[in-house]
Amino acid sequence: MVEKKSHRKIFIIGGIVAVLMFGFCFAMVPLYTLICKKTGINTTSVAGTELTKPSVAAALGKNIDMSREITVQFTATNHMGMPWDFYPRTKSVKVHPGEKVQVYFYAKNPTEKNMTAQAIPAMTPTEAISHFHKIECFCFNQQKLKAGESREMGLLFQIDKDLPKETQVITLAYTLFDATPNEASKG
Amino acid sequence: MTTHEHHQAHGHAHDHEHESPPHHSMKNGFVAWAKGWLFTTNHKDIGTLYLILSLIMLFYGGAMALLIRLQLFQPGARFFDPNFYNELVTVHGLVMVFGVIMPAFVGLANWMIPMMIGAPDMALPRLNNWSFWILPFAFALLTISLFVPGSGPNFGWTLYAPLSSTYGPPSTDYLIVAIHLMGISSVLGAINIIATITNLRAPGMTWMKMPLFVWTWFITAFLLIGAMPVLAGVVTMILFDRHFGTSFFNAAGGGDPVMYQHLFWFFGHPEVYIMILPAFGIVSEVIPTFARKKLFGYEFMVGAVAAIAFLSYIVWGHHMFTAGMAVGTQLYFMYATMLIAVPTGVKVFNWVATMWRGSLTFETPMLFAIAFVVLFTIGGFSGLMLAIVPADYQYQDTYFVVAHFHYVLVAGALLSIFCAVYYWLPKWTGRYYNETLGKWHFWLTVIAINITFFPMHFLGLTGMPRRITDYAVQYTEFNMMATIGAFILGFAQFIFLYNVLATMLGKGKKADARVWEASHGLEWTLESPAPYHSFSTPPKFGEIKTEADDKFEHVQP
Repeated sequence: MVEKKSHRKIFIIGGIVAVLMFGFCFAMVPLYTLICKKTGINTTSVAGTELTKPSVAAALGKNIDMSREITVQFTATNHMGMPWDFYPRTKSVKVHPGEKVQVYFYAKNPTEKNMTAQAIPAMTPTEAISHFHKIECFCFNQQKLKAGESREMGLLFQIDKDLPKETQVITLAYTLFDATPNEASKG
Repeated sequence: MTTHEHHQAHGHAHDHEHESPPHHSMKNGFVAWAKGWLFTTNHKDIGTLYLILSLIMLFYGGAMALLIRLQLFQPGARFFDPNFYNELVTVHGLVMVFGVIMPAFVGLANWMIPMMIGAPDMALPRLNNWSFWILPFAFALLTISLFVPGSGPNFGWTLYAPLSSTYGPPSTDYLIVAIHLMGISSVLGAINIIATITNLRAPGMTWMKMPLFVWTWFITAFLLIGAMPVLAGVVTMILFDRHFGTSFFNAAGGGDPVMYQHLFWFFGHPEVYIMILPAFGIVSEVIPTFARKKLFGYEFMVGAVAAIAFLSYIVWGHHMFTAGMAVGTQLYFMYATMLIAVPTGVKVFNWVATMWRGSLTFETPMLFAIAFVVLFTIGGFSGLMLAIVPADYQYQDTYFVVAHFHYVLVAGALLSIFCAVYYWLPKWTGRYYNETLGKWHFWLTVIAINITFFPMHFLGLTGMPRRITDYAVQYTEFNMMATIGAFILGFAQFIFLYNVLATMLGKGKKADARVWEASHGLEWTLESPAPYHSFSTPPKFGEIKTEADDKFEHVQP
């Protein structure tokens, strides 16, 4: 019965390899993000961007480059199943590097329950990400809206002068996720 | 335990070898017949079941192909609406890949591998039964998906996200489960083949004395184990995206649809070699027989197959050159892809060298094998063209790609399957097929393949996109040609169907054990038809002589 045993061994090894390859797919999710981050390929996510300190903002604002004008466009989408009304009040704005600009996004909770939402930004072109400074942004906090309540959500930003010359249009996209705690959404 | 299983388990089936099992005729009633086929663990029975499934699927997928060509006969999309066209394209691709080519190769493996290595059966016979019987359910699900309200799957066989996730019709879920079933079946089948080849070779058959068909299947089995679970994983992620609110492939949720393409093609590229390596094996068996020579460069043939299999895992990016990729990455994938031409070239030259100065005869299997070498090489060359990044920007998603993969899959894999069926049919049934009909089938098929797919190269180069239901008028002539060719190709297969069925049902000249003059290998030491239980005691591998061995030196021991 030596033969029987070795069949089992091959079956087990083969099975383990198959299961590992299945798992490999899911392992690719963090790996892929990591590779993209490390190599700078294909990153649009600006989720990690930090709040710009007022002192930095003031320094940036000292000399405004009037010779350049950058178009900044805003878009807003709801993630799958998110029922809020969500859109930018300003679709597009022209900005000189160094200048502070305030825009608003409108959000309304049309449902009959209190909800919490989190907006996740993404930006193209990707070279602009490190030159786009948010001084205030609704995306830094979760937004809580009571049933039927609406809000103008502010975004205050600056673009620095080191933005690559060829970049003339920046698109900032926000996606709104339902972040209502589980018990509340169930109730 | 059925009777034949009983015999097999005890290995004393010798007295019963000539007795056909109860389910091979209806004499014992329908229930015995159905139960026999449903519960059979005999590798020959299961091989037959796989091959029959594959034959049915060939006509099923072929009918869809003809509907596609009908729609494209003239511009104007006059026969059906674009969505139904998209469903046809999707299901045609899936049926042909998972329903025709793969089961046919697995069927051949089931029939031939135990006979070629001198084993009594597959290593894990019950698993083998299960691997097969999963498949009819998978294809039933796939077919049901066409009739689910709100459109059948309509995003192409690649199931690209977000077409299949965010925008996928409800039937996508049926398709995903069908793919899971096919994946389980293939992986179990592959494990079984590895176990059989590793453990059950006849004494004296060392690794480097295995027939090439066995070698190619051994390597293919590793590709299956590595690649199919990735497909299962990626479609599972689609399922999660569709129903459980995850965002694996949804950019708005932090995912990335391009990652779907990476994962899919990480499966997809090994998959194309899964569909061609066994073909290499078949041709490497057939050409020496009819050239009456030993295969030229056996060791290099084995090495080339292993090299191709390894390279197939590291070139997936060439399917995605235009999806957005850094220049360095594109260069890497381009060079790695072109590297595959080297081992493939070794194989093609070795087949030609095998025929060189051989005493060739042109029976139907040999004709198919030669056509395979010529037409597969054309498909290989167009593949090389597609590998060149700047050129690929022109060819991507045009009919040039369609022409390329039909040359390797129809003129390559499918012809090799016909070749194998004609070559081994006398061994399976004990009778020769009708040679005249075989030749008719061959010539009609080969001419029709070229009428159908050759014009597609030109269509692609002038910019006709693939997967489009309608086209601009300047493409009309070539499309008409392709449609006419496709119908000849489709109807020529009825000759094959008739020829095979007639031989199975007892028409045709009786064959002796050797079948072909210069046949070589263990399977030809068994009488024709091969007894239901063969090699219950392992054969002596070294004692087999063939005419080819006598005529030429440096032969098998």
